[in-house]
Amino acid sequence: MRITEQSERKDNVVLSVEHVKKKIGRKWIIQDVTFDVQEGEIFGFLGPNGAGKTTTIRMLVDLIKPTSGVIKVCGFNVNRDQEKALQYIGSIVENPEVYTYLTGWENLEHFARMQPGVDRNRIQEVVDTVRMQQRIHDKVSTYSLGMRQRLGIAQALLGRPKLLILDEPTNGLDPKGIKEMREFIRRLADEGLAVFVSSHLLSEIQLLCDRVAIISRGKVLAVGKVNELVQQNAKYVVWNVAPWEKGRAVLEKQSDVEIVNHPELVLDDSIIAGMGEHALVTRMNEDRIGSLVTQLVHLGIEVSGVHNINPTLEQLFLKMTEGEIIE
Amino acid sequence: MSSLIPLVKNETIKIIKKKRFYVILLILLVLVPIFTYAQMRSAEHSREKFNGDWRLETQQQITDNENSLGSDRVPDEWKKFRKIIVQQLQYYLDHDVNPKEPNGVTFTREFMNNSVSLFIPLLIMAIASDIVSSERTTGTIKMLLTRPVKRWKVLLSKLITLIMFTSLIVLSTFVITYAISGLVFGYKGFDIPVFTGFQISGSDVDMSAVHAVPQWEYILMQSGLIWFVSLTVAILAFMVSVLVRSTAASIVVMMAALIAGSILTNMAAAWNSAKYLFMVNLQLTDYLSGTPAPIEGMNLTFSLIVLSIWAIAAIIVSFAVFTKRDILN
Repeated sequence: MRITEQSERKDNVVLSVEHVKKKIGRKWIIQDVTFDVQEGEIFGFLGPNGAGKTTTIRMLVDLIKPTSGVIKVCGFNVNRDQEKALQYIGSIVENPEVYTYLTGWENLEHFARMQPGVDRNRIQEVVDTVRMQQRIHDKVSTYSLGMRQRLGIAQALLGRPKLLILDEPTNGLDPKGIKEMREFIRRLADEGLAVFVSSHLLSEIQLLCDRVAIISRGKVLAVGKVNELVQQNAKYVVWNVAPWEKGRAVLEKQSDVEIVNHPELVLDDSIIAGMGEHALVTRMNEDRIGSLVTQLVHLGIEVSGVHNINPTLEQLFLKMTEGEIIE
Repeated sequence: MSSLIPLVKNETIKIIKKKRFYVILLILLVLVPIFTYAQMRSAEHSREKFNGDWRLETQQQITDNENSLGSDRVPDEWKKFRKIIVQQLQYYLDHDVNPKEPNGVTFTREFMNNSVSLFIPLLIMAIASDIVSSERTTGTIKMLLTRPVKRWKVLLSKLITLIMFTSLIVLSTFVITYAISGLVFGYKGFDIPVFTGFQISGSDVDMSAVHAVPQWEYILMQSGLIWFVSLTVAILAFMVSVLVRSTAASIVVMMAALIAGSILTNMAAAWNSAKYLFMVNLQLTDYLSGTPAPIEGMNLTFSLIVLSIWAIAAIIVSFAVFTKRDILN
């Protein structure tokens, strides 16, 4: 009984990465990476620049051979059975590099010739999917970055893959483009595709992914549901009060509120820039906000703003590595 | 899984759409008229001097060369070379054949002969040096190698395409040169006799094997040799293109090798082992016309073997590196 259960579970695993390590020169770029990606889920791969995200992705598509460990796609070893494994993968590694001297359509024809069972109709289908009918016969050199990104995705979808690998898919897109891209990825996953997305932005992963693996310095620190991982960490609350001195004194007296003296160390620059000069950053449970506001107002202190702030990626790391320094 | 033909089609489309081949044709269309004009002026000049009598002109050439043999200032190497030239010119004179009969075919033969070690290789490099390195420079190599096709098939399709275009370049050089020079010198001359089979031993020419062949036959043999040299150069440039990431670096490496070859040819007579370098073996056509080889001990078979070994080694290196390498950039 248990055996059948396990094999059923395995059927849904599209990508499995087991203890993959990579040494370049004398340095272990990837020290130990293990995770599974299931059918129909959007899996985030989160880590700061230089953590080994792109190196890992390159190993997933056989651009780099791992020093040890096994990567399987739909049961086929990517580094041994390339022809079989790679036909289940559509990918964009870093930027969508296509031939700029060809038209979008010619590019798709080019890649269609490299895989079995992709005909004219299929090309037209993916063009419709990424909504590029208008410009598909123009030279790629005239495309905007967003259009190249879409052409890259069209190219990745050509072979009807089971796994779509996207490396920082929202990089360089404007806010509207980012939103469209998210909706598009969600739609693909709803159709049963497994999507693997890398990013260095926690917010991006929170908005898009079902599960996430967090990587730092070549090691996977945690794999799990995105919200669970985020909620394990205390939140920050920013207070705007006047007079500032008095407010600070009140907050300091609370036993369950911790004043953060150097907010620049724990918060994003963009948040610090937006919160004004006389803001107090505290670390506390958000349930206490209501009673504290009442207390402050009672004492004649004006409260002009209270903001909840999610921890940054760096914060998540600090917590996970227990103070180990992030480079 | 997928066969090679669609891959070769891909590569061919890319070369054509990149307009590389048109640039090559354009270069030919600009340069050949210039050389034709230069040849026309020099023909006019000697016609004025010798009243159109080629025997007089050839005799004068022989006398000039013989005179220089007496001079102490002329190095021994050159003397040897000139002695051989004199013997050959005398042979043409004795058999009443004009070695420089002005017509489109002779011009084409001479032009091809002079282009084999530098000009044609340069045209080939316009395609060969770019064919792999450009995919790396632009990053498209990532798209190419993440498709369900084995890496050796991708590389082989590029090599096949390169061989096709190399052949096409040699053919176009011939056709364009003949078409343009024929306008000036006339299109006749395929059946005039040309002597071949000069065996050079020391400073003497062994005439026993010399025989006349119609010029078309000579050109056919010459073209075969030029094609072989071109393939070798193309394959070597191909290897450099696999090894080096930037197209510019790849062209510079090959150019340096070729230019070093033409410099060595002029000064390496004393350094015997230089004959194993590919770049001093490119003038295969000289063996046909009987021009002495730059280094003792070189002959047609030797050069063919040296070039073949270099080409085979280059193919092995290209495939070994390309199929194993991590794509990191």
